[in-house]
Amino acid sequence: MHCLAGVMNSVLRSWLCLGLLARGMAATAAARGPVAPYETAAPAAAASPIDELVFGRLKDLRIVPAFFCSDEVFLRRAFLDVVGVLPTREEARAFLDDPRPDKRARLIETLLARDEFVDYWAMKWADRLRLKAEFPIRLWPKSAQAYHRWIAGCLAENRPYDRMARELLLATGSSYYAPEVNFYRAMQQRDATNIARTVALTFMGVRAERWPADRLADLAAFFSRVAFKGTSEWKEEIVYLDPLKAAPARARLPDGTEVALPPDGDPRAVLVEWLVSGKNPWFARHMANRLWYELFGRGIVHEPDDMRPDNPPVHPALLAYLERELVSSGWDMRHVLRLILRSRTYQLSAIPRASDPRAAAHFAVYPLRRLEAEVLSDALCRVTGVPERYVSPVPEPYTYLPEEMRTVALPDGNSTSAFLELFGRPARDTGLAAERDNADGAEQRRHLLNSSHVHDKLARSPVLLALASQTQQPGELVEAVYLTVLSRRPTALELKALADYRDRSGLRGRELLTDLVWALINGEEFLYRH
Amino acid sequence: MRAWNDITAGGAAGMLTRRLFLKGSLAGAAWVAARGLGLPAFGAGAARATAKARAVIQIWMWGGPAHLDTFDPKPDAGSDYTGPFDKPIATNVAGIRINELLPLLAKQADKYSIVRTLTHGINGHETAAYMVQTGRPPGGRLSFPSAGAVVSLFKGRGAGYQGEIPPYVVLTQPQGRFSEAGFLGLKHKPFATGGDPAAARFAVEGIVLKDVSDERQRRRRELLSALSTFRAAAAEAPQMAAAEQARDEAYATILGDGGKVFDLSQEKDSVRERYGRNTFGQSCLCARRLVEKGVPYVTINYPGWDTHKQHFQAMRRLLPQLDAGFSALLEDLAARGLLESTIVWWGGEFGRTPRVQWEPPWNGGRNHYGNVFSHVLAGGGFKGGQVVGASTARGEEVQERPVYPCDLLGSIYAQLGIDPDGAMPNPQGLDVRVTPDAAEGVKSAGRLKELM
Repeated sequence: MHCLAGVMNSVLRSWLCLGLLARGMAATAAARGPVAPYETAAPAAAASPIDELVFGRLKDLRIVPAFFCSDEVFLRRAFLDVVGVLPTREEARAFLDDPRPDKRARLIETLLARDEFVDYWAMKWADRLRLKAEFPIRLWPKSAQAYHRWIAGCLAENRPYDRMARELLLATGSSYYAPEVNFYRAMQQRDATNIARTVALTFMGVRAERWPADRLADLAAFFSRVAFKGTSEWKEEIVYLDPLKAAPARARLPDGTEVALPPDGDPRAVLVEWLVSGKNPWFARHMANRLWYELFGRGIVHEPDDMRPDNPPVHPALLAYLERELVSSGWDMRHVLRLILRSRTYQLSAIPRASDPRAAAHFAVYPLRRLEAEVLSDALCRVTGVPERYVSPVPEPYTYLPEEMRTVALPDGNSTSAFLELFGRPARDTGLAAERDNADGAEQRRHLLNSSHVHDKLARSPVLLALASQTQQPGELVEAVYLTVLSRRPTALELKALADYRDRSGLRGRELLTDLVWALINGEEFLYRH
Repeated sequence: MRAWNDITAGGAAGMLTRRLFLKGSLAGAAWVAARGLGLPAFGAGAARATAKARAVIQIWMWGGPAHLDTFDPKPDAGSDYTGPFDKPIATNVAGIRINELLPLLAKQADKYSIVRTLTHGINGHETAAYMVQTGRPPGGRLSFPSAGAVVSLFKGRGAGYQGEIPPYVVLTQPQGRFSEAGFLGLKHKPFATGGDPAAARFAVEGIVLKDVSDERQRRRRELLSALSTFRAAAAEAPQMAAAEQARDEAYATILGDGGKVFDLSQEKDSVRERYGRNTFGQSCLCARRLVEKGVPYVTINYPGWDTHKQHFQAMRRLLPQLDAGFSALLEDLAARGLLESTIVWWGGEFGRTPRVQWEPPWNGGRNHYGNVFSHVLAGGGFKGGQVVGASTARGEEVQERPVYPCDLLGSIYAQLGIDPDGAMPNPQGLDVRVTPDAAEGVKSAGRLKELM
C-alpha cells in the first residue's frame, strides 16, 4: 500500500507540472491532464443514475466534463457542503491516509449523521422561513428560538418532508409552545393574500406575484380563517382559526381543480392534502431541486424559487429522477442528498475543461463559489481558535450568545455582526434565495487582507501560538498549517515559495507563521468551495 | 410601463432584460440586472440633468436630539420645558434663534435652513430611524433602502461614480439594522470605516492596518501570489478572474493612493483644531475630504443623543462639540465652493419630550418624541436662512406646515437629480417608487418647495 501511495504521489507531482504547463497553453485546456493536488483521472465512485443522465447530456452537447476531484478536494468539499465546517487537522490527516477504497462513501455517511449537519441545514431552512426576531419579521426572541429549535428537531430526526410541511401549514397554537405556528408569523404582512404568496414561495417554489390576481385570491381563500391574538405572556402570540371568519364554500387549487371546503373545518387542510400528496408538479419537484441547489449553488431549475412554465429545468429527466427518489424514499431529504453526494457528477473537479458557456448550467464542472458569510466566519474562528461574540441588541433586553456557539448555529437573523453583513448574510426579509449574496469584491477583500478584525484574530490565535511553540521540524509545522487551513499537505512548489519568503523577509517563528496563515486564508482555495 | 422606461431607458439594460421583461417582470428584471451586472449608466435614466447637488453629508444624531435644546428653543415655555436653557441666542439671520451653546452655528445661519416640523409620531429608535431613513413606515411587504443606499443606486457605481472608495460611507460605526440597503442588497450597503479619525492614525477598517508596515504589506502580497496554487490552476474559471480583480482593487486603496483620503494628517493643524479634536469634529473634516474626492453619500453617525438621564449635563458636553464640527464643516465647504453642490443634512430619528422628566428615575431627562422635531438642511441648492414650519408654544405639536420624512427625502433626491417619483427596482418585481406615491397611503405634505 505504501509503495502504491508513493507511486501515486510521484504521479501527482508530475501532473502538477503538466497542469502548470497547461496553464500556459490556455487554448488546449481540454487536452491537459488532471492538476495535482486537486484532480484525479479515475473516478472514486461508481456511476449512478444521476451520472448516466448528466454525462449522457454532456455527451450530446459535446461538452467535456471536468476531471474528478482528488481526495483532498472531496474531503474539504464534503465537509463544507454537508456540515458547513472545515475538517480538523486530525480529520484531514485520517481521511487522506485512509487506504480504503470506499472512504468517500464512509465520509458522506459520517457527515450526514453529525450534529453540525442539523445546525447547517437549519440555517438554510431559517433563511427560507425568514427566521428573525425583530423588524421587519418581528417573531421576537423567544419565539425565534423556539421556532429554530423546532426546525432543528425535525432535521435531527430526519422527519419526512411531507410531514414537516403539513405540520407547518396546519399549525395552530402558541408561538412559544407550538413553535411551528411561527411559520404564519414570520411574514411582513399576515393577511390571507400574503400568506398565500408565502406558501407558494416556500412550498411550491413559485413567485405568486407573477400569477393573475384571481389565481392568488383562489389560494388565499384557504387561509381566510387564519387569525392572530396576543396573550398575557410578553410577546406570546396565538395562531388560530377565527370562528367568526367564514371560508367560501368552494375554492380552487393552484392546478385549477375546484374543491369544496368544509363549513366548520380547517380550509387549509384541503389544500395541504393536495399539496403534500406528491400528485402535483410543485411540491416534490421544488424540494428535489432545492436539495440539488444547496449542494451545487445552482438549481436544475434556476433560480430555485422561481419555478414556472417559461423557466424550465435544464435537465427535466434528472429532476424527475430526484423527485421520484424523494417521494419513494418516504420524503427522506437525507436520502436525496446522499444520492447526489455519492455521484460522480458531484465529485467532479471545479477546474473547467470546457470553454462552452453552457458547461456550468449543465453541471460539467463543480461550481466555484465563495463561502457564505456564516461558514466563512466559522472557518476563520476554527483556523485561529479565536471565537466571535454575537449580540442581538433589539429588542431590549439584549440577547448575548455564548462564545462557543458557531455562527451557523445562530438562531436569529438579527444577531449583529458587521462581518456577516459585509459577506452577504441574507436579511431574511423575503425568503428568496437571491437574498444571500456571496459577492467577492474589493470591500470583502479589504476586510480579509487588511482589517484589524482578521489581524487581531491572527495575532491572538491560540492555535498559532501552540503550533509555533511546539518543537516541530519546520516541514512538520508547515504541513500542520496546511492541513489546518486547506485540509491538505503543501506541494513542493509551495514549500519552496515559503522558504524563499523566509530568506527574503528575514521573518522567523511566530511572524513567519502569521504571514503564512494570512496568505492561506486570503487565497481562493480557502475562500471558495471548490 | 413607466417603471421599465424610467429605469432602463436605452442602454445595455434594455437589451439584457427585455426577455425577462416580456415575461412579465418589470422592476424585478431591472433589479436582477442591476444587482448581478452592475449596469453602466443605470441611473442615467432616473437622474435628471437638472441636478443641483452631487453629494450628501448626513449628520445622523443617533438617539434623537432634543429639538427644544437645539434648533427650536421655547424660552417662554417655563423651566419645566427649557430646563436651564432659557436664553437662546440670536443668529446672523434676523428672527432665528437657537440654543445658547451653539454660538458658532449662530454665525452660519444664513447657510442653513431649519425644518421645525418634521413629524411621524413614532417613539421607538429603530422604527423611527427606519421611517426617517426610508420615508416609509415599517411593516410593509418590503424592507426599503435608506437614503444613502438610494443615492448609491442612482449616483454610485454603475451610475457614473468611479472612485475607489465605496459610494456610501459611514463614519465610523454603522447606524444599525434600520439604516441599511433594504432590498437593494449588499452592493448598496454603507462602508463603515471603524477606527477613530481623532486618533493619531485613523485606522480605517480594511484600508489602514496599524501594526503592519507598507513594506511588510508588499512582501505579504508577493507571498500571497506565490501561494495561490489553486487560483493558478483554475485560472480559466471566470470566478477566478473576478477574484483577482477584486484583490487588485482592494490593494489600490491599501497600498495605492485610494486610501489617502482618510489620512487627516494631510490637513493643517489649524484646520483640524477648528473642526474640534474629537471623533465628531474629525469625522466632519473627513466627510469634507470624501466629498471632495467625489463620494456621493457620507453619513456621520453621531451617537450620544439618547439622553434619558443627565440630559442637561450631556447637552453641556455635546453641544459645543456639535457647534464646532458642524459650523467648521459649513464654513469650509462654502470656502471651497463645495457647499453649492453638497447637501448637509442634520437630524435624528426623533426629538425629545418637550417637558423635562424631573421625577425619578430620570431626574432631569427627556424621552423619545416623534410628534414634532427639527432637522436642518444646508447647501446643494437648498436656500439658507429660512425656517420651515412652526411647532406649538411648548414644542409639542406641529402648528403649521408638517413635514413628513418622505417630503424631506423627496426634496433631497430632487436636488440630486434623482426623480422621487421614479421607479426603484426590487427583488419581487413590484411597482415601487423612490418615494411613496398616493397609493401607498403614506402621509405627505409636499416637498420643501420653500427651500428649493
